[in-house]
Amino acid sequence: MLKRTFPSPEALRRFPFGLADVAVILGTLLLLALIGRIGAGTFVSFQPPDVVPGVDLDPRNLPYYAGRSTLRMFIALFFSTVFTLIYGYVAANSRRAERVMIPLLDILQSVPVLGFLSITVTGFIALFPGRLLGLEAASIFAIFTSQVWNMTFSFYQSLRTVPQDLAEAAALYQLSGWQRFTKLEVPSATIGLLWNAMMSFGGGWFFVTASEAISVLNQEYTLPGVGSYVAAAIADENLAALGWAILAIAVVIVLVDQLFWRPLIAWSDKFRLEQSAAAEAPESWVYDLLKAARIPRLVGNALTPAREALNRSLSALTRPKPVRPVEPAQQARADRLYNLILLIIIGVLVAWALHFIVTTVGLGEVVTAFGLGVLTLLRVTALLIFATLIWTPIGVAIGFNPKLSRMLQPVVQFLASFPANFIFPFATLFFIRTNISIEWGSILLMALGAQWYILFNSIAGAQTIPTDLREMASDVGLTGWKRWEKLIIPGIFSAWVTGGLTASGGAWNASIVSEIVSWGQSTLTATGLGAYIADATAVGDWPRITLGIGMMSLFVVGINRVFWRRLYLLAETKYHL
Amino acid sequence: MIKSVPTGDVLIAVENMYKRFPLPDGKGEFTVLRDINLMVRSGEVVALLGRSGSGKSTLLRVMAGLLPPSEGRVLSNGQLLRGTNENVAMVFQSFALLPWLTVQQNVELGLEARGIHRDERRQRALKAIDLVGLDGFESAYPKELSGGMKQRVGFARAFVLQPQVLFMDEPFSALDVLTSENLRGEIDDLWNAGTFPSRSIVIVTHNIEEAVFLADRVIVLGANPGHIRGEVVINLPRPHPRSHPRFKALVDYIYTVMTNPNLEVTGEVTVPSLATPPKAVPTSPYAQPLPHARTGGISGLLELIVESSKDEIDIYQLAERLRLSVDDLLPILDGAQLLGFAEVKQGDVRLTDTGRDFATTTILRSKDLFRQQVLDRVPMLVSIWQTLQEKQSGTMRAGFFLDLLDEHFPHDEAERQFATAVDWGRYAELFEYDASEERLYLPEVSTLQAAE
Repeated sequence: MLKRTFPSPEALRRFPFGLADVAVILGTLLLLALIGRIGAGTFVSFQPPDVVPGVDLDPRNLPYYAGRSTLRMFIALFFSTVFTLIYGYVAANSRRAERVMIPLLDILQSVPVLGFLSITVTGFIALFPGRLLGLEAASIFAIFTSQVWNMTFSFYQSLRTVPQDLAEAAALYQLSGWQRFTKLEVPSATIGLLWNAMMSFGGGWFFVTASEAISVLNQEYTLPGVGSYVAAAIADENLAALGWAILAIAVVIVLVDQLFWRPLIAWSDKFRLEQSAAAEAPESWVYDLLKAARIPRLVGNALTPAREALNRSLSALTRPKPVRPVEPAQQARADRLYNLILLIIIGVLVAWALHFIVTTVGLGEVVTAFGLGVLTLLRVTALLIFATLIWTPIGVAIGFNPKLSRMLQPVVQFLASFPANFIFPFATLFFIRTNISIEWGSILLMALGAQWYILFNSIAGAQTIPTDLREMASDVGLTGWKRWEKLIIPGIFSAWVTGGLTASGGAWNASIVSEIVSWGQSTLTATGLGAYIADATAVGDWPRITLGIGMMSLFVVGINRVFWRRLYLLAETKYHL
Repeated sequence: MIKSVPTGDVLIAVENMYKRFPLPDGKGEFTVLRDINLMVRSGEVVALLGRSGSGKSTLLRVMAGLLPPSEGRVLSNGQLLRGTNENVAMVFQSFALLPWLTVQQNVELGLEARGIHRDERRQRALKAIDLVGLDGFESAYPKELSGGMKQRVGFARAFVLQPQVLFMDEPFSALDVLTSENLRGEIDDLWNAGTFPSRSIVIVTHNIEEAVFLADRVIVLGANPGHIRGEVVINLPRPHPRSHPRFKALVDYIYTVMTNPNLEVTGEVTVPSLATPPKAVPTSPYAQPLPHARTGGISGLLELIVESSKDEIDIYQLAERLRLSVDDLLPILDGAQLLGFAEVKQGDVRLTDTGRDFATTTILRSKDLFRQQVLDRVPMLVSIWQTLQEKQSGTMRAGFFLDLLDEHFPHDEAERQFATAVDWGRYAELFEYDASEERLYLPEVSTLQAAE
């Protein structure tokens, strides 16, 4: 009989550390080392105008710069998540706070983030004198403001739509506030929050690059990062450096997707509210690796007593309180008073802003800004029309072909998160060489970032059209335009509205950087509200900055109210599949 | 052994309780429950039986402390109830399991909330899981389980707390027939064996047979607004034998009561908790609710009765044969009765001559018959039709009629009433409805003349 000399495969698998564990340990160490090395750079001295960090165009420095930018993104994501959990929770649980917080969120969502930069940069520099940390904080804040609003909205919405029976079970089984939050509310919001965070993060690359190299109040500020590298390359008219930067950002986007988002998405699948198993569960090799490794579980088990103690003490602090019946008449009176106070505060704020603008620049300037707003509106509209005409047919073709859409979905997702401002210099060069006016060219620049939302949603919309409906359409002989009119357009309408709304918001924001572009010494300026804000920011003209941002916010909020909201309603009632 | 009305301690008492909900847009309040008086004693199974809209689930939630009463009070162990009732646990119709927690974690949920230590939590949860026969599924996630097994987890989660009173809100109605039969039997066995983890059970149901099978007392609720019509004491040896003549008599009796909203519920061993106040005569044509029956359902049922070639059919048998719950069957019967196609007496249904004609004739003629009956007997549709005719344009906003209905029903019910009215009106070709414009129209002239 043969004697076993080698351990059986089972025994090997039972060995406490497998290959997966080695990978996990190495990965963790590498990550810590990287953060340490890159993070150290944020504490360097900064004494403008004498000591200002520069950017070296040597491509070998690019990994470091890309690391700096990525670190900023993750810090902003962390703050966005914390903000979201607190703001969303308070808004969903206090009727009064909700009345202020939700409209405020709606407006903040529409305010052009890039217009903020001038205000925040001066503020943060004053906060950390002599340190680069101030600039760093301003950049992170810009990313934060671009990421946070739709995450907060998603979380708030999930909290408001926790299934009734689950909420009742939680109340009846006496769950404490903390238990309710960790066991019911956060889990049921996880999937929506994660998808929104991923979309926001993709959009954030645009702002990290835009916020690293800016001129505010006649002062050039440069923060080491991939965005300032691009800015330096533009000033230097260095095409090769631009190419390297694009490669670097592409690699970073793919890495972050594979190492961070995919595993999270795969993990979050268990928070699906449908009680039946999903047909196609998302997969991730990193997540599989983490699951195969023992270390995470060992660490988790070791922490169980601590977690238990923490849960217990937090639960003790948040015991469910007995509901006290409120007299309706008394409540109505209190509500009226509350509304009155709110109205007064809003009225004072509006009056103050109007007074500030009228006394400093005059009513004529308001009219000018409005006119510029209309011009930018025309650009955004033209962009939406062209993007729809070009990308919806392509999107529908991809969506109807499962094989193609599986292949192209990640590509389109990548394109959507690729910061369009990396392409701007090439477009600018093209405009200069071919003498195309920036008045028209800026439409193309704005479209470079915004169009992908339309494509992305057209694909998604086409996929939701049931196969039997498509078969029916072929069966009754619907072809060509008739097929579009009767089947496809109604079928993808909801998805298109979502895409159009996102694209329109993105285009407004992008107008601030695409109505003024430069290549080397030459600068192209279009007439529009975006250029107006960018100009005012560069010279530090506060009244005009306020006016420009206010005007743009008004335009965005107004169009959302009168146009997109109606389409949404239509999509929800009539074209709901 | 015959178990009579238990005289154990009063665990839950509801006294002169009213429940009202505010109407949307602050248009006053709508009464859902009126003057409820009810006691749950130790050692009994009480069923709350009523048709949809009778507020039975609302009553259960008020007793659970999930909703505060608008008037009157709820006592738990003689103490005024404030906030959620700690002495009860509930089993939900939709299971209400957290999909991201395993079976065991779901069962431990209530224990964890009570600050019980991890080891003890584990022990007790395992015992409860064992009790409902889910051994070996402790680490499964709800989505891996069938409906019946999910509801077993729901029972385990309630059992583990050993509540004084177990509340069940239509616990078997989301399950298929065989599974629900099986689970109902097991719960009943557990109760009869005397090892049940709670001292009493309150079950909300719309299934008459289930109520008679499980309960010692059946409380019958009426609708508009919800009130207690009376109670029926079952008085049968446990487990209640379905073959016992009294079982069938009770089921028939309750069917009769449920199909005749104006009948006083006395039963044979009845203690009416309060006299049914005289029903106010509705003055507006919009105050009389339409039964939520689709026209197709009504004609389908009539055809079935014609084909059975018997003059009278027992409703209980009919429901069994169609595998329909009361909530589905009764509105159809009500519709047939309202339109004068059928009559219901003593738990039996028989067709009228018009009904027989309607069920056997051609489609066009049956539509004519339907229209005639509607114009004769359904004031709401007559009023809508007349309103449209009085308008020069022959058209009217849907909102106009919805507002009229809002005065008599909660908003959701008003919308359902309107939907039913539209269904009947369309079938009778009295009017047409454009859902995207939300407008009612008179049909084209030719059909209009036919109607006159």
